[in-house]
Amino acid sequence: MSLDLLTYIFIGGSFALYIGIAIWARAGSTKEFYVAGGGVPPVANGMATAADWMSAASFISLAGIVSFIGRDGAAYLMGWTGGYVLLAMLLAPYLRKFGKFTVPDFVGDRYYSSTARTIAVICTIVISFTYVAGQMRGVGIVFSRYLHVDIETGVVVGMVIVFFYAVLGGMKGITYTQVAQYCVLILAFMVPAIFLSMQVTGHFLPQTGLGATLDSGKSVLTTLNELSVELGFAEYTQGNKTTIDMFFMTAALMCGTAGLPHVIVRFFTVPRVKDARVSAGWALIFIAILYTTVPAVAGFGRVNLIETINGQDNTGVEYTQMPAWFKNWEESGLIAWTDKNGDGKVFYSAGNAFENGKPSFIEGTGDHGERLTANPTANSSEVYVDRDIMVLANPEIANLPDWVIALVAAGAVAAALSTAAGLLLVISTSIAHDLMKKTINPNITDKQELRYARLAAIVAIIIAGYFGINPPGFVAQVVALAFGLAASSVFPVIIMGIFSTRMNTQGAVAGMIVGLVSTIAYIVYFKFMGGTADQWFFGISPEGFGTVGMILNFVVAMTVATLTPAPPQEIQHIIEDIRIPRGAAEAQVH
Amino acid sequence: MADNNSKAAQYWSTNLRLILGSLVVWAFVSYGCGILFRPLLSGISVGGADLGFWFAQQGAILSFIGIIFFYAWRMNKLDKEMGLEE
Repeated sequence: MSLDLLTYIFIGGSFALYIGIAIWARAGSTKEFYVAGGGVPPVANGMATAADWMSAASFISLAGIVSFIGRDGAAYLMGWTGGYVLLAMLLAPYLRKFGKFTVPDFVGDRYYSSTARTIAVICTIVISFTYVAGQMRGVGIVFSRYLHVDIETGVVVGMVIVFFYAVLGGMKGITYTQVAQYCVLILAFMVPAIFLSMQVTGHFLPQTGLGATLDSGKSVLTTLNELSVELGFAEYTQGNKTTIDMFFMTAALMCGTAGLPHVIVRFFTVPRVKDARVSAGWALIFIAILYTTVPAVAGFGRVNLIETINGQDNTGVEYTQMPAWFKNWEESGLIAWTDKNGDGKVFYSAGNAFENGKPSFIEGTGDHGERLTANPTANSSEVYVDRDIMVLANPEIANLPDWVIALVAAGAVAAALSTAAGLLLVISTSIAHDLMKKTINPNITDKQELRYARLAAIVAIIIAGYFGINPPGFVAQVVALAFGLAASSVFPVIIMGIFSTRMNTQGAVAGMIVGLVSTIAYIVYFKFMGGTADQWFFGISPEGFGTVGMILNFVVAMTVATLTPAPPQEIQHIIEDIRIPRGAAEAQVH
Repeated sequence: MADNNSKAAQYWSTNLRLILGSLVVWAFVSYGCGILFRPLLSGISVGGADLGFWFAQQGAILSFIGIIFFYAWRMNKLDKEMGLEE
């Protein structure tokens, strides 16, 4: 059976499963549409949260990032998992007790202010759209690479599938589909990782394989360190980032994770407060299965890559001797080679092989059959390797059977679709519930609100699809923005709403505005207006600035709150009420 | 009512202490062992790298899971003891 046919069967089969679940779990009321009726068991919710959280970036790109930046990648590994500890202790149980549908719901009610609610709605929509554009693009890329259709066709197919279960099923449909998608994506990630670990180290578990010893008698990491230094890279286990930047970046990603609306809303769907606590733990277990495998895939992949390209003696291998995968991925533009020293050998070392870090291909082939490029640099580095290759090409590099390759394609699509659906739901809820029902026209009925929610979901899918087909050049840069905004606006305002009875509207609004404006200004200056690294505030990169924005938010909010009147008595009662679990069942009805 | 209020206050302060303790462990394994104290741990070797590297890439994540389940277990017990469960 050909690889194409297998891939169609795997992806088609998974789609049939998702649509079947969507029809089974149709939503009949706004409560089912927004929070799955509040009746999802904690283990299932944990699994759905994991699928919701792990996007195309986690599945396709994370291992590649860690592989190429080594120790610095830990900021992502710790940052994208540590937020769940904050969720379990500082946010989820109390928001569940509060018992409404959305983050702006909480902000608006707790701070008795439509201004605060509106700012929260804007943050929610900006964060979610930033994120969703990248997901649709991810679906398109997987389709185009594995099924040889246009990226556009791939995006449209993805839109139709998400439309089916997000618009029909709402949160209920999404939740149960995500449980299935988690199973597909984790299988697709673990199977090649286990094969790879067995091949390289003989360990079944990739997690322990990373610490294993190779045939040469040296450990995987020692080998990597030696190879990296020999080729002019920083030592794999040391990295380049300064301590302060690592610190702030990890903190921004942790607090940003805890403040992401599509993650928070998942904890509104469990039946009880105690389920919200445990559910965060289950979510993290399911996420950790992938996240603790990532460093192993990264390490093995890097060793494999260097040894294949540079050969056992680390001096380079003839281009004509390169394995098939090297040429396949050169065809897709993820690998490029230019023979700078004219010896016909491919040699990989530190430094950008091409101007601006990416090859720009031109028509025709060179002396050895390689694709020609227009922009080689003057240094001795000859090879460009896209980070995504660490996961996408792994099965081929390790000579795994075709069905594993098809499985990886289905897994990547599952990761992208599950996250896209969760985000689209948050966008449609914000528009139908927080804008239409709570701000513009409070008199609409449940049925009408549900219709608005479905309509908003359709519009959001179309906009997301548009961005997927015509990606704004800044998608990669603005991911920092999504986390920065969540850390500097949503996260502090919810924490203070729960843990301070003294925090009032004035403080919350001032804090959110200062946090938002400072973070946006810093990221825009350094990402779009040509700011350079030596101008960084205390050496903190734009990715880490969300932490500074968050600190500013806390300080300003507390200062303003002490200078203005305390919140009214009934608000103080709300706060006291959300702090204890008793009575959560009644809070569901409203 | 007064009794209920003092019970709620006691429940809340116990919760805050528990959160604080958990956050100390949370920060120690990630920001501490993984980033700040790494130079101090460089002498301890685990699988070809130092202990700090292991914490940053795997240990912290495993500790996070432990912290969440410990917190959930203690709080669910506290809910029952104080009669504040749902």
